[in-house]
Amino acid sequence: MTTWPLAIYFAAVLFIVVVMLGVSYVLGQRHRDPATASQYESGIVSQGSARSRVSVKFFLVAALFVVFDLEAIFLFLWAVTGRELGWPGYIETLIFAGVLLAAFIYLLRTGALDWYQTAFDKERS
Amino acid sequence: MNMQLARILPEVILTITGVIIMLAEPLLQKNSSRKPLGWFAVLGTLAALFASMWQLHLPDGTAYFGTVQTDAYSVFFHVLIAGIVLATLLVSLDSIDGSAESVGEFFALICFGAVGMMLMTSAVELLLVFIGLEISSISTYIMACFRRKSAKGPESAIKYFLLGSFATAFFLYGIALIFGATGTTAIAAIGRILTVGQTPLLAVVGLAMILIGIGFKVSAAPFQVWTPDVYEGAPSPVVGLMSTAPKAAAFAVLLRILYVAFPLLHYHWQPLVWWMAVLSMCVGNLGALRQQNVKRMLAYSSIANAGYLLAAFTALSQEGVAAASFYAVTYAAMNVGIFAVVSHAGGFGDRLTLVQDYRGLAYRSPLLGGAMAFFLISLIGIPFTGGFFGKFYVFAAALHSGMVWLTIIGLINSGIACYYYLRLLAAVYSKPVHTDLLDGIPRPTMPLLLALVLTVAATLILGIVPGQVLSLARAGANTLVPYVTTAMK
Repeated sequence: MTTWPLAIYFAAVLFIVVVMLGVSYVLGQRHRDPATASQYESGIVSQGSARSRVSVKFFLVAALFVVFDLEAIFLFLWAVTGRELGWPGYIETLIFAGVLLAAFIYLLRTGALDWYQTAFDKERS
Repeated sequence: MNMQLARILPEVILTITGVIIMLAEPLLQKNSSRKPLGWFAVLGTLAALFASMWQLHLPDGTAYFGTVQTDAYSVFFHVLIAGIVLATLLVSLDSIDGSAESVGEFFALICFGAVGMMLMTSAVELLLVFIGLEISSISTYIMACFRRKSAKGPESAIKYFLLGSFATAFFLYGIALIFGATGTTAIAAIGRILTVGQTPLLAVVGLAMILIGIGFKVSAAPFQVWTPDVYEGAPSPVVGLMSTAPKAAAFAVLLRILYVAFPLLHYHWQPLVWWMAVLSMCVGNLGALRQQNVKRMLAYSSIANAGYLLAAFTALSQEGVAAASFYAVTYAAMNVGIFAVVSHAGGFGDRLTLVQDYRGLAYRSPLLGGAMAFFLISLIGIPFTGGFFGKFYVFAAALHSGMVWLTIIGLINSGIACYYYLRLLAAVYSKPVHTDLLDGIPRPTMPLLLALVLTVAATLILGIVPGQVLSLARAGANTLVPYVTTAMK
């Protein structure tokens, strides 16, 4: 059993990490300015707190977008081989899209995409 | 019927059931009972159970480009998983309704989780195994979070999610390394390629990664740290499910991978599994000794039981595989049963948590107390219960393969385990102290009684006439063993 390729691989990983950190440590300049310790130090003095509150709905919509966006990739895969796959492929894609549609209806009905909560919704919940 | 579809029929049935429940949930009135959805899930699971049994009549073979295989082995675990899911649904029908929001989701998630676990047991392609593992894991992460009002619920879910994702990453990396070493991810093909010439180191590292990933999922030491916290915080019916069904599926996958893909590397993995078994038994049983919380105690007990099951893996024989499968069934029967009692007595939230809270349970409700005592006796491994034969077959298989030390350590551990099981048993049958706690226990409902009857009957049958289940387990083991015997030559 040959151990050395793996050993070389790990050694190379270690080497690159050490070199990258070490070289910048040795050659890099050192400043002690008032802004050195601040986050995102890039010449502009930062303003305000980064801890402002963002509505959780943004994250929800973003997450849902990513989910459906990724599912669309599968449709692309089917589209490029659509003719070769024929009717069975078409039916399977329909099932796939149907499951996605079910998920979408579920999201709509549970109110995951309602941006404003109306008085009617509040009463219902 | 389409032959390909027939090979994944139980999964298809459960998927359709889950999707229908998911669509029906938001259409129902906000405050109406979700029990009809639960009963619908029960029906779907029953259909999947019978579909799995029907699959036994199919000739063995693969479908969908050689990714799924139905054989006696996959059917055995399909039926086991369907049975566990059925009992869990019955337990949660009453305990969850009204105590959490969007209960329909819960039933749908159980169905989806079952699909993932079933896919794992019939998959013969590592990538499909991974997809099954993810489906089942993600469902259980969400189900662990269903006690949203208690701080412990989300804590448990987050811990489970982070460590679980970490474990699946290991598993996936293992698959990638094995693919790099052999050029395939089909389990049988890996076995064929590795027989020719020398074994590449990459494959060994990949196997180790897979062992780590599955070790997390089955909570085998030294990958067990998450278990007590997660089991403490998750709702009891869910713990009953996730301490049995995903573990059974993961063990089934591990057996298939070890015996079919890596029989030749057994001199690498056998010592590793040996140590995992010994560590799990010792850590589980010693850890359980000091626990005051019932669910934490049962969590440590489940670590120990994973150890007993792994002990059967090291046997490298048909007997060992059969013993492991049989043990998975007995452990599932008694553990789902004891969590049915715990979830009814303790409710969905934090009612009876400590061992001493259970004092006098048998006086307050002879039925619940008696059932709990019976399951505890089975967990100890006293004859005429399933637990006895489970342990007996495991240690017999280990002994036949010359694992004398493993057997001795295992037997010492079963002795240690008596202490904490008996402590709970003694509490159940001693004079009540906190009558107000016990008065809060509602009358057992029909679905719960059904679940208790099912689990008690299963434990009894396994303990008195284990022959039939054992012969099914042997038939399943036979599909894996040809690979082992070629390796041992």
